[in-house]
Amino acid sequence: MKKRDPDLLLFHAPLLRQGMTTPSAMRDVLYALAPATGASLWFFGISAALVLGSCIAGAVLAEWLFANKETRGESLRDASGVLTGLLLGLTLPPGLPLWMAFLGGFVGIALGKVIWGGLGHNLFNPALLGRAFLLATFPIAMTTWVPSTGGEFFAIYPGNLALPFMQAQLDGMSAATPLGLLKFEQVVTPLSDLAFGKTSGSLGETSGLLLLLGGIYLWLRRDLDWRIPVSILLTVIVFSACLGLFDAERFPTPLFSVFSGGLLLGAIYMATDPVTSPVTPRGAWIFGIGVGVLVILIRVFGGLPEGVMYAILLMNAATPLIDRYTQPRVFGRGVESQ
Amino acid sequence: MKALGYLRHGFEHGVHPAHHKQQTADLPIQRVPFGKHYIMPLGQHTGVPARPVVAAGERVDRGQMIAEPGGFVSTALHSPVTGTVKEIGNFRGVDGRFAPAIAIEADPFATQQLDAGTPIDWQSLTLDEFIGAVQMAGIVGMGGAAFPAHVKLSVPDGVRIRHLLINGAECEPYLTTDHRLMLERPDALLEGAEIMRQKLGAEETVIGVETNKPDAIDVLRKHIQPEQPVRVVALKVKYPQGAEKMMIKSVFGKEVPAGQLPRDVEVNVNNVGTIVAVADYFSRGVPLIERVVTVAGPGVTYPANLIVPLGTPVRDVVKFCGGLKPGTREIIMGGPMMGRPIASLDVPVLKGCSGVLVFTEKQTARRKEYPCISCGRCLEACPYFLNPSRLARLAKSRMFDEMKAYNVFDCVECGCCTFACPSNIPIVQLIRTAKDDLTHRKEVDA
Repeated sequence: MKKRDPDLLLFHAPLLRQGMTTPSAMRDVLYALAPATGASLWFFGISAALVLGSCIAGAVLAEWLFANKETRGESLRDASGVLTGLLLGLTLPPGLPLWMAFLGGFVGIALGKVIWGGLGHNLFNPALLGRAFLLATFPIAMTTWVPSTGGEFFAIYPGNLALPFMQAQLDGMSAATPLGLLKFEQVVTPLSDLAFGKTSGSLGETSGLLLLLGGIYLWLRRDLDWRIPVSILLTVIVFSACLGLFDAERFPTPLFSVFSGGLLLGAIYMATDPVTSPVTPRGAWIFGIGVGVLVILIRVFGGLPEGVMYAILLMNAATPLIDRYTQPRVFGRGVESQ
Repeated sequence: MKALGYLRHGFEHGVHPAHHKQQTADLPIQRVPFGKHYIMPLGQHTGVPARPVVAAGERVDRGQMIAEPGGFVSTALHSPVTGTVKEIGNFRGVDGRFAPAIAIEADPFATQQLDAGTPIDWQSLTLDEFIGAVQMAGIVGMGGAAFPAHVKLSVPDGVRIRHLLINGAECEPYLTTDHRLMLERPDALLEGAEIMRQKLGAEETVIGVETNKPDAIDVLRKHIQPEQPVRVVALKVKYPQGAEKMMIKSVFGKEVPAGQLPRDVEVNVNNVGTIVAVADYFSRGVPLIERVVTVAGPGVTYPANLIVPLGTPVRDVVKFCGGLKPGTREIIMGGPMMGRPIASLDVPVLKGCSGVLVFTEKQTARRKEYPCISCGRCLEACPYFLNPSRLARLAKSRMFDEMKAYNVFDCVECGCCTFACPSNIPIVQLIRTAKDDLTHRKEVDA
């Protein structure tokens, strides 16, 4: 009996691939955020888990609801919806009513991602879009900060359980964030409190060092364009140092600027979202410098104590233009022939 | 100092695939026994196909010319065996198309002994005669492109070649043909290099070898005579180090301007196999009738480095290596990054075929494609500093004309972008389609 030849495939070269896939890159970001998420549970107890869970539930529900029937499972499996929910949750105040957090996650995915055509097509960072929506709709709840529970894990902030569409139930136990303290009361929070998270603020922004740790992990895994966080942080340091030369009393010190508010969270995890940041190396520098300048401008001169969200969203809008004008020089072009 | 040297000899970007060379790196080159059927396609080099000078039924000797160059960018073909011309007709080629070829049936009773011809007194030849001789020897670039070697030798007036660069990088994974040639025939390599260097009037010969072949670097350095102006340069292990423009950048630090050739920066680049073929012809009178082929990959029973007569069907080569393992799904001719898949085991081994690689389900499993998330890994991989992410998006929307503004024709299809893409987007395949469409349309319009 003559042996049959195998049926040969004609997949075109290259057959070899590196190991990384897009979902695994998304999961890497989730792992990188794990320490900061853990810290938020430590500081704010079960409320943190509830707020984060509501955001993720809202994001995943929107993802599931608006996906094609055929690709429904796939779009959930790439972990990008969970990531958006988690990132949004980390920017919210711990005492936020849960239904608002849920709505924020839902809107973030629906308006921030699905209507653009899904993963890879959106212009704005979905998590930040969700937060911008919440800040515009529920300004009081979004700026009511509560102090840490002080180790009581099961103490729920009463604000969390407010009924949907009733006025958010606000309690007297509120505490200003370091940026708010500086802006409205001229009180400077010590740097050690900022670095280790002993301040009030949104869930994920309180512990600067853990956020940096996750950033280093992402950098080692090559999931992150290091140029963006580096240029944002350098710009913020240089710009606030320059302002400090004029009036050291009124303007924040460079290190305070870096470790306060959502800057580290934004610079490492939000601004580096590959979809909404420039793809070219030079573009990444321009993007980062733009974000850094806008952050300080809004913080110092704007009406709000914090400006990271608007700074990143504004630069997101500029990304396609930056990309277009920063194409790298092609090998062999622009060199003189002999 | 040594470490600094390695740092200096690099180009920017590129990727680091696992090199998989351990399968065959230590196996000496052996000869495949002669088979029965040989198919010599007339167009197995880049350029104009050769013109047959034999007729069906005619008896040919091994090494006898069977087709003459069809033009300047064309080379001669020689019979790989002693036997009879069975047919001149259309045969299935590597790309799946039927193309004219000469089919030869080997004479089972012939000894296939090739008497060493008289060495050619190359020193007395003028440059033009030398170029003609290289063309009649049928020598082409053996790295994979199969570009006729003599065309590169004929430089226009006013252009000077200062450096002869010999490409021993072998940056494609799996392949070990150049590695083995450098180890086993360093004298022939240096001899061929000297012939080429003197004829080109170059000042020095540089042999570029990736540092993952330290034994080859040592052997070459030992064989270099003190009076020979030859140096071996250790190059960083990185794909595509063996692309000639990247190698020039690595060795000399010069960029070849887009649309120009290495000769415009006073360099002539040749593959190790090509140089050995030159030595074989001018010192031993043997034209290009066989080549070294690496047979490797997870689907082959006994991997090997083989001397294969040109025109041998892949079937015979694979059979000699113990056959295909069950689960074989794809056979690539050339390297795994730039080679071509073949649809049938009956296609012949050609002048430009450096490897026959057999892959199984694991390597060919269909990978799920995700949307492009603009992560920029392809930009950091592209040695030509193109924007593959943008090119792939444009190609998917069939906006081929817009791709020209993004320099699609500077792409050399090395495949780094596809290798690097975490979303498994077949970027280089999309670019290839677009380029084909654009060039084809140009032909139709003209």
